[in-house]
Amino acid sequence: MWRHIGPAFRLMFAFTILTGFLYPAVVTELCQVFFPRQANGSLIYRHGRVLGSSLIGQNFTSPAYFHPRPSAAGVAGYDPMASGGSNLGPTSRALYERVKADVAQFRAENPGYQGPVPADAVTASASGLDPDISPASAFAQAARVAHARGLSRRQIRHLIRDYTQKRQLGFLGEPRVNVLEINLALDRLAQDRRQ
Amino acid sequence: MFLQTWFLPFALLVTATMVAIPLSGYMAWIMDGKYRPVPVFGWFEKRLNFGDQNWKQYTVSLLVFNTLLFIYGFIILSLQPRMPLNPRHLGMLAPTTIFHSVISFMTNTDLQHYSGDVNFSNFSQIFFCITMLFLSAAVGLSALTAIIRALRSDKSVGNYFLDMWRVLVYMFVPTAFLFGLLFLQQGSPMTYKSDYQVATLEPAAMGTTPDGQPKLQTIVVGPVAAFESMKMLGTNGGGFYGMNSAHPFENPTAFSNFFNTLAMMIFPFSLVLMYGRMLRKKRHAWVIFSVMMVLMIGTIVWAVHFDTQKPNPGLTAHLARTYQVLDASAPGGKRTVSVPAVAGLPVDQHWGNLEGKELRFGTPAGATFAAVTVDVTCGAVNAEHDSLNPIAALSPMVGMWLNCIYGGKGVGMINLLLFLIIGIFIAGQMVGRTPEYLGKKIDARVVKLAIIALLVHPLMILMPTGLFAGTSWGLKAETNPGAHGFSQMLYQFSSASANNGSAFDGLAVDYGFNNNSSAPPTARQWDIAAGLVMLFSRYLPIVAPIAMAAFLGMKKSSPFSAGTLRDDTMTFGFLLFGTIVIIGALLFLPAAALGPVAEHFGPIPFGG
Repeated sequence: MWRHIGPAFRLMFAFTILTGFLYPAVVTELCQVFFPRQANGSLIYRHGRVLGSSLIGQNFTSPAYFHPRPSAAGVAGYDPMASGGSNLGPTSRALYERVKADVAQFRAENPGYQGPVPADAVTASASGLDPDISPASAFAQAARVAHARGLSRRQIRHLIRDYTQKRQLGFLGEPRVNVLEINLALDRLAQDRRQ
Repeated sequence: MFLQTWFLPFALLVTATMVAIPLSGYMAWIMDGKYRPVPVFGWFEKRLNFGDQNWKQYTVSLLVFNTLLFIYGFIILSLQPRMPLNPRHLGMLAPTTIFHSVISFMTNTDLQHYSGDVNFSNFSQIFFCITMLFLSAAVGLSALTAIIRALRSDKSVGNYFLDMWRVLVYMFVPTAFLFGLLFLQQGSPMTYKSDYQVATLEPAAMGTTPDGQPKLQTIVVGPVAAFESMKMLGTNGGGFYGMNSAHPFENPTAFSNFFNTLAMMIFPFSLVLMYGRMLRKKRHAWVIFSVMMVLMIGTIVWAVHFDTQKPNPGLTAHLARTYQVLDASAPGGKRTVSVPAVAGLPVDQHWGNLEGKELRFGTPAGATFAAVTVDVTCGAVNAEHDSLNPIAALSPMVGMWLNCIYGGKGVGMINLLLFLIIGIFIAGQMVGRTPEYLGKKIDARVVKLAIIALLVHPLMILMPTGLFAGTSWGLKAETNPGAHGFSQMLYQFSSASANNGSAFDGLAVDYGFNNNSSAPPTARQWDIAAGLVMLFSRYLPIVAPIAMAAFLGMKKSSPFSAGTLRDDTMTFGFLLFGTIVIIGALLFLPAAALGPVAEHFGPIPFGG
């Protein structure tokens, strides 16, 4: 028995050092040098203040902003400390009722849009922090945002096209619009007009 | 649309196979000790290697080391409040949760009854999680190597500690490093900082604190990139964040998602080929590889077809239906239940079921990931399995029940070996010849050991599921009505027993910190039951096959003759496939009928 315990301790010790101290420390050092933006969480700054991370979604309710997907993370949504999905299966009546309410809300907020509601606008993501919406959802919200901002619909549609990220390598993922980034662009547009 | 849906799984399977061919050669070269270590590593190897072991000594070493892992993990987690790198002053987890988490990480399961971002400091994430991710993954691979050496009748099965060292230093650390940089470049954070408090662009939309102020967003960061790569490569699957590979920091883009999925496939794929190389039976290994490939394609196609190509049935229109329900109190023993028609919601569902999916990965990514993660017993998730279409959720469950579609580090191949021995035994009975594998006669003792190892799995799933479904322990934890509630429990124990780690996350099993006053009422019972299931389902199916291989290896080889069952033909492949599907799947058919199948055919939506 004792013959086994010596090497077991040695192995444990060696790997606590290697994987606990060395491995994370080396990767961290390399990252802070080569990819400092990503290593610190892809933060977005405005006027020297952190506004959030481009990867972590935020909630928006004002008609002058694009709205993100429904979120099951926390009471108001988009709370990273309560990250999670709805966990409702398709057989759940709670899911049906929630989506029904979300559809009604989407219709009320975007009276100018008549087509079927894009699925991403009424379904919750897995993390509850999904930073993106589909271009279809963005275009459906365009009229509302244009009206609230006093901009033309053409300007807004142009902005959506500019902020639509394509599939990576042509086949990975779906075209998508980062909500925080496009809303920041809306603010910049308004600021430019004032000056 | 066709290409967009199927190109991702196709690209993944092809890439993983292409990587596995050279990688398996490298692994066989390392495990056979044909390399010459650089002096520093050589010095370490001398400290660890105390000579060749027989199978009993090897097993004792393995068990002693895992006991040490348990003690180490328990101490680290218990000390969290007193340790550095904890600026948020996180307290101690509930003792049952610590028990569960330590077993979970040490058995390579990584079923999490906590949220890493909420409950763990960076100290625990690094010294508990990252260290365990490496070490637990190496245990299964070492065990497989010992089994291979036993099967080819080597003088010794090797030295356990030397094997662990080889796996960790020459395979895991370098690959984890490479994948880590890749995830980082895509956007995973890598820092010793803990969190940022952020006032968002529209603070009023984020809710208010108890004193009426707009709530700040807490963005938790940490050493995610280094964590993520080993989590996937080691088929561990325990996330840095509670939401695992669905969290934007763990899996920032569709590109990182591709490599996340690939990372969990390459070692399980390689191990099958390594088995063939080390036994010098490459064609035999390719037959096994093909059987596993067919099963994997089956699970992926099933999941993608029913989840990505079909809408979420919860949102579509349904006609009025009537059901005949057995009811002893009703006249004639049957009662008729009628369900009113349901109006469909005006939702454009051409992407398939988007509830619980992240947009950035693309439509088939969630279902593909769900199938792959259970086949290779990784257990990471990039979508909510709880919200999968009911019949699509059968795919991850079947993956866990069979538990040998490539499977986890080493243990998947070991499980397949059990099916293989049973299959040959049955075939031998049918033709009336003494069954042989690798020229060794399969006798009663070998078959007994194989059956013991094989039966642990269904017993450990079905017995606790029955216990919890029949008592308030389970009923108080389920969060979905009817059959889906049962599916949640069934999934939890399947995941624990398969050492998988994915979950139907709705199940209320997270106790949280020890002082949590609003903890779910039965979280403790779940912690202990799932912990024990993981423990038995990990070590019995490792120890019994080592013994089985040792007994086989001790026998004299009989010469190859015209009557020998050839193990490198298509016929053998069909035999293996049939054994796996019939024995593996039939055991679980009744449970499947009560869970996902009942959901699919029952009324939707269901319950109050």
